[in-house]
Amino acid sequence: MLELKNIHKRFASQTVLPSINLSIKEGEFFGLLGPSGCGKTTLLRIIAGLEKATSGSMSFNGERMEHLAPQKRPFNMVFQRYALFPHLSVFDNVAFGPRMTEQGKAWGPTRLKEEVRAAIKLVGLADFELRRPDTLSGGQQQRVALARAIVNRPKMLLLDEPLSALDKKMRDQMQHELRLLHKQVGITFILVTHDQEEALALSDRIAVMNKGAMEQISDPVTLYQNPATLFVADFVGEGTVWEGEVEKKSQEASIKIEGLPVLYGQGHEAQGQAIHQGRGALLVRPEHVEIILPGEDKNNEEKNKDSSLYNCLQGKVATRTLNMGHFEYHVDLGHGHIMTGQHALPVIGSRSVIPQEGQDVLVRFQKHHTHLFFEGHEALAQ
Amino acid sequence: MSSDDKRDKRGLKIFKNRLNWPGVPAFTWFFIFVFLPTLIVLVLSFMKRGTYGGIEWQGQWENYGRLWDTTYFKIFWESLKLASSTATLCFLLGFPVAWAIATVGQRWRNILLLMIAIPFLTNLMIRVYAIKVLMGQDGPIQWLLASLGIPFDPFQLSQNKALVIYGMTTTYLPFMVFPLYSALEKFDFGLVEAAQDLRASSWTIATKIILPNIRQGVANGLILVFVPCMGEFVIPDLLGGAKVMLLGNVLTEQFLKFRHWPFGAAISCFLIMCLLFFPWLINRLVVGNKKLYGEKSP
Repeated sequence: MLELKNIHKRFASQTVLPSINLSIKEGEFFGLLGPSGCGKTTLLRIIAGLEKATSGSMSFNGERMEHLAPQKRPFNMVFQRYALFPHLSVFDNVAFGPRMTEQGKAWGPTRLKEEVRAAIKLVGLADFELRRPDTLSGGQQQRVALARAIVNRPKMLLLDEPLSALDKKMRDQMQHELRLLHKQVGITFILVTHDQEEALALSDRIAVMNKGAMEQISDPVTLYQNPATLFVADFVGEGTVWEGEVEKKSQEASIKIEGLPVLYGQGHEAQGQAIHQGRGALLVRPEHVEIILPGEDKNNEEKNKDSSLYNCLQGKVATRTLNMGHFEYHVDLGHGHIMTGQHALPVIGSRSVIPQEGQDVLVRFQKHHTHLFFEGHEALAQ
Repeated sequence: MSSDDKRDKRGLKIFKNRLNWPGVPAFTWFFIFVFLPTLIVLVLSFMKRGTYGGIEWQGQWENYGRLWDTTYFKIFWESLKLASSTATLCFLLGFPVAWAIATVGQRWRNILLLMIAIPFLTNLMIRVYAIKVLMGQDGPIQWLLASLGIPFDPFQLSQNKALVIYGMTTTYLPFMVFPLYSALEKFDFGLVEAAQDLRASSWTIATKIILPNIRQGVANGLILVFVPCMGEFVIPDLLGGAKVMLLGNVLTEQFLKFRHWPFGAAISCFLIMCLLFFPWLINRLVVGNKKLYGEKSP
């Protein structure tokens, strides 16, 4: 188990990490997610020993680590630009680590060759061991970097934006391979990324960082469905955010937004989050927003009137884009309010009508699909 | 071949043709003032010396035969020793300097580069005479030693081999520092972190990661120092008291003192051959030798 206590880091006069407390379990795939400049890479480099924390302590399985040189730490890192040695072949790149350690030297040449080849095979590059890194594609270089790290049998693997230099198809494939690799080698993986999809797809647990602090640490599903702060909600996933005056009304909250009818939300009272009076923000995810043509069907008419369940607004389609598997709409609600919503593609052969750009539509979302955040009450995750 | 490749090649050809014209003046200059004179020297080297120092137009090999004399072997050996020791010293001194310049912040970098460039741009004679004055009789060093009562030989101190090496090294150091610096500037320091992460010691990082990746810069620096040092004679004469004959000395003497132009031309041709051979050798040893860098692929 890795434990960070009160890790503080400043560069010259700039504080990058005020005080980080974090513990990562053995065998966990842990994601550090945040926008660029939030300090996540600095934190990873502190764990690797490439950067020294100004103060604070770090222990791994009970052993203090903060004063050890990177060479003395039982971790290996996969660098953002891979940092493969350009003058060495794939084999020699992977063999570099074992040749440096007592364990690797004890292996002897035959065992070394076996171990290195096994690592290269594990990442699927068996036929490439004599190639130079610059003759490989980005994805292949990525795999060499992985093999070079895991051949040393580190206690933890540190991944610094490992997939950011790959194209989308390659990235999706590597995500599955990374998950598989994690299962196969069974060690702790720490992933640093600014890509929310990547973090959600890969991690068992995610820490969302903002301005050097942890906003929320939880599993990906909770993070997405029950964000602790407006920052997390906005950063992880998409959504429309409105600010307004919140008033508590028995089980639900009403929120008055300038230029819009009063909206109702339930926040997360069900999960124990209190509704506060005063200024607040409301967030709705696009997948919870239905775009309906007026008079589309009878069933809808009734739902629209059922204000105990739904919020319903009128607007005009500003733009429509085709995303993977659905249309995404920007609906102009007047007074400068734009709402993002989704509509499924028409079933092949059906005659259903899809709202067009410029058409008047209704947007509808359930009250319990709203997320409420209150100014001054953005409680930090534990 | 795809149509893209074809277009690229055609584009390149047009580009090349366009570049040809601006190159003509420089090429003409090079042809008239470098290539033709060299050709004249080559022709001269096969001629005979006239009685009063002129040239008899009579082809022969004798000038080259004379080069195999042990006297000239010794001279060649002295030049080679001086050039290689200067190149080695320049590398040992220049690498840390280049490293410091490449790793320091932008503001300091420019200051340090300037500090290397200023003596480099100062006239050679001024620099060499400055050393002579510093070390010479009535110079500050000898005055200091005398006033401290330390016994010394004034002639030995003002002209010796160590001074020659010192003068050569300071003169040629920038030729080593600049190529090393430009190679280190392009070097990806992320590789150092990667090597640290893989448990490599500082020595291993320097020899197995940094040097192999800047080896072209190392070779360039060695060549830039070695080549002019092979023909150098001014600094050894002034600081070493002209006690040792070097290729440069022989060359000037044949042309100016003995007026044996054909033999001088033969030495020149030999030196030119050396100056083609040694860069090739250095490149081959430093850049081309893969075994040097621990490449032990199965």
